[in-house]
Amino acid sequence: MYARITSDPIDTADVLGRVAAPSNGAAVLFIGTVRDENEGRRVHGMRYDAYVDMAERVLGEIAAEAGRRAGVDHIAVVHRIGELALGDVSVAIAVGAPHRAESFDAARWIIEQIKVRLPVWKQEHYAGGESEWLAGTVPPAVDRA
Amino acid sequence: MRIRLLLFALYRDITGVDELDIDVSEGSTAAAALRTLRERDARFGALPERPVVAVNREYAALDAQLRDGDELALLPPVAGG
Repeated sequence: MYARITSDPIDTADVLGRVAAPSNGAAVLFIGTVRDENEGRRVHGMRYDAYVDMAERVLGEIAAEAGRRAGVDHIAVVHRIGELALGDVSVAIAVGAPHRAESFDAARWIIEQIKVRLPVWKQEHYAGGESEWLAGTVPPAVDRA
Repeated sequence: MRIRLLLFALYRDITGVDELDIDVSEGSTAAAALRTLRERDARFGALPERPVVAVNREYAALDAQLRDGDELALLPPVAGG
């Protein structure tokens, strides 16, 4: 398992290479990228903030849990932070497994978990020069009563 | 006792604070520490009443008891990916 938060551009070939194994019959690489539109507004770029120490640990937990659920050993996931331009890769998830089903399932599960519990935030920069933090999701993780 | 408070993203912008050491009474919960903060410092008045918190880098309940040296983070709803 490999899980990192980085402020450097993500090398997707490197992420995919980290899950290579002779036992693999399939490998899935998912990438998330910065797109030019959100809810009708033109987006020019994005800033990601993170609670880095916690996020790296949570990302590792998500990867480990995905591995246990899907019975997969080879997972690499990297999330980028800082200022990103349109088309930049914000997240890369690679899963290598004997068969395609568990590779797709694990990669999908990981991105969905990132969305709901990774302590990372994004701020969109719009055409007019203004910026806004996206509303986000309240993590279901614990009893916060 | 003294705890370290961390704020991120929107909460950092709202308060203008990213990191702050604060003195709270012994045995305070996260919620109590937040109340203390609001009473002492107007910048924190605009934060939600019950934000998501993490104690020492783990999601925690607002009634989690803090210890000297703990790191209490106030986390806006997350938006990674």
